[in-house]
Amino acid sequence: MHAPDGFLTAGTAVATGAISVGAIGVSLRQAREQLGDKQVPLAGISAAFIFAAQMFNFPVAAGTTGHLLGGALAAILLGPAVGSLIVAVVVIVQALLFADGGVTALGYNVLNMAVVTAFGGYAIFRALLRVLPRTATGVVFASGIAAGLSVVLSATAFSLEWLFGASFPVPFDTVFGAMVGVHLLIGVGEGVLTGFAVGAVVAARPDLVAGVRDLDRTALRDRTSIGMRGFALAGLLVSLLFATVVSQFAAPAPDGLERVAQDTGFDAAAEDHALADSPFADYATAGLGNEPLSLAVAGAAGVVITLAVGLGLVAAVRDRGSAGDRAGDRQHSPT
Amino acid sequence: MGAGHAHTLYRHGHSHVHRMAPQAKLAAAFVSVVAVATTPREAVWAFALHAGVLAVVVAAAELPLGFVLRRLLVIVPFVGVALLIPFVAGGEQVEVLGVGLSREGLWGAWNVLAKAGLGASISIVVAGTTEEARILEGLERLRVPTTLTLIAGFMLRYLVLIAEELRRARTAMLARGWVPRWLGDARPAASAAGVVFVRSYERGERVHAAMLSRGFTGTMPELDTHVTSGTDWVLGMGVATAAAATAVVAVVTT
Repeated sequence: MHAPDGFLTAGTAVATGAISVGAIGVSLRQAREQLGDKQVPLAGISAAFIFAAQMFNFPVAAGTTGHLLGGALAAILLGPAVGSLIVAVVVIVQALLFADGGVTALGYNVLNMAVVTAFGGYAIFRALLRVLPRTATGVVFASGIAAGLSVVLSATAFSLEWLFGASFPVPFDTVFGAMVGVHLLIGVGEGVLTGFAVGAVVAARPDLVAGVRDLDRTALRDRTSIGMRGFALAGLLVSLLFATVVSQFAAPAPDGLERVAQDTGFDAAAEDHALADSPFADYATAGLGNEPLSLAVAGAAGVVITLAVGLGLVAAVRDRGSAGDRAGDRQHSPT
Repeated sequence: MGAGHAHTLYRHGHSHVHRMAPQAKLAAAFVSVVAVATTPREAVWAFALHAGVLAVVVAAAELPLGFVLRRLLVIVPFVGVALLIPFVAGGEQVEVLGVGLSREGLWGAWNVLAKAGLGASISIVVAGTTEEARILEGLERLRVPTTLTLIAGFMLRYLVLIAEELRRARTAMLARGWVPRWLGDARPAASAAGVVFVRSYERGERVHAAMLSRGFTGTMPELDTHVTSGTDWVLGMGVATAAAATAVVAVVTT
């Protein structure tokens, strides 16, 4: 989600830039307190790790690959201050040297990809540790869910910025629906990868994981083997639950914000869009009288639809590639 | 979108643009990108002027057009998004080849494509003519906090090494019969990433110990190797002024 130059209005870029500069300033100070003069080499090499992990392709489905975003991972392993600091450095270097993301878009890119994912992800992680068993298994699940939700938070933050700084009139609910829908799916991948990566570090060097430093070491040694299937299923259930529950909160909020937007002259986006007549327009399902219920149905349907489309794409890719794969398998089979 | 960062960024050369002091180059680039981003989308002529200035700089830097265009592929995902805009945006509809498109949406798509393309090209020219270390040096001279530039410096120095560790882990897994196809097969890769984190952290501690043993006291010694000449600033500000003036005229006239 490296937004390019001019994607949001200049005012939004300046405002988010100010927030990001403030957040990086606070993170810098906290990181210095936490790491002392070790800060530069440790944060630098950890940033190299996050950058490298973003270049490393993981399997997603049928031979297609995705990569880690790493905001929540960095925060859980190194604490939210160092975590947001190093992801911010990664994002800044990607814009300046790799032209990935605009230089004038750095304000919102750093805010969404570093600050929101690291601090938001860490907050969710710590909150989950209060309810989950404080064992290695609990930490893996807490990390996974927190990482998945941090991606959704990031998408939500972008949608909110869109509300105030849209550069063209696509309505808030379209952007919100598309961003959160797509990122729920990306979040499942992010969650699975982060959960197992944190699990590996907890098994090898629990003292390095900032997020579990206050937990009991002997309890952390308690590891039940986690089936991959169960983990992916849990991720899916959480995202379904999230879409259903969050749509309840999301619904009244845009109304208030839309009014603010109208008052400030940003009313073009409030016009009805082409999908206004679709069954899930405005996030309320047509024909269902009960508003919260219909919102929940719309939210859950969004996840199911995104998933179905994703699986459909996967099936299409797989069918096309299977002939070649079989030939490949034969070549590699031991004789 | 973070993938595909493996290409060479810097292209060796001896042009004026290559030799320019990095802080002047970065300041000129930043002013130009801001000018592009604030140019109103209706001022199509202004974008043509911006592109003209950019073309002159690319020519002066002796960068092949193919190099710039190949690296521009990084914005392709957003080009895809931009092309969808006219179909989903609201407002007045216009008929194009029998398909109803939003007039506002068409302007929006043009806006994103023009600004993203120009903005990315400017970054590509800077990175293509300035070594990584010199870019960080320039940032430091522009009063970016030293801790940030130092962290970025360490990151760039160790990036290839850490990426190589991840690649070796993957090679080892493939050699043992790992066939990554589904997210379910990702577990060993994610665990390997965790192991590489442990190694990176321990490497950071080793590097810190080595620095201490060589007399590190918490601040890095300043290396004053490059002197900025006035001509660098004049050249840089010339380009920046051209872009800024274009933007100002465009804002006033539209």
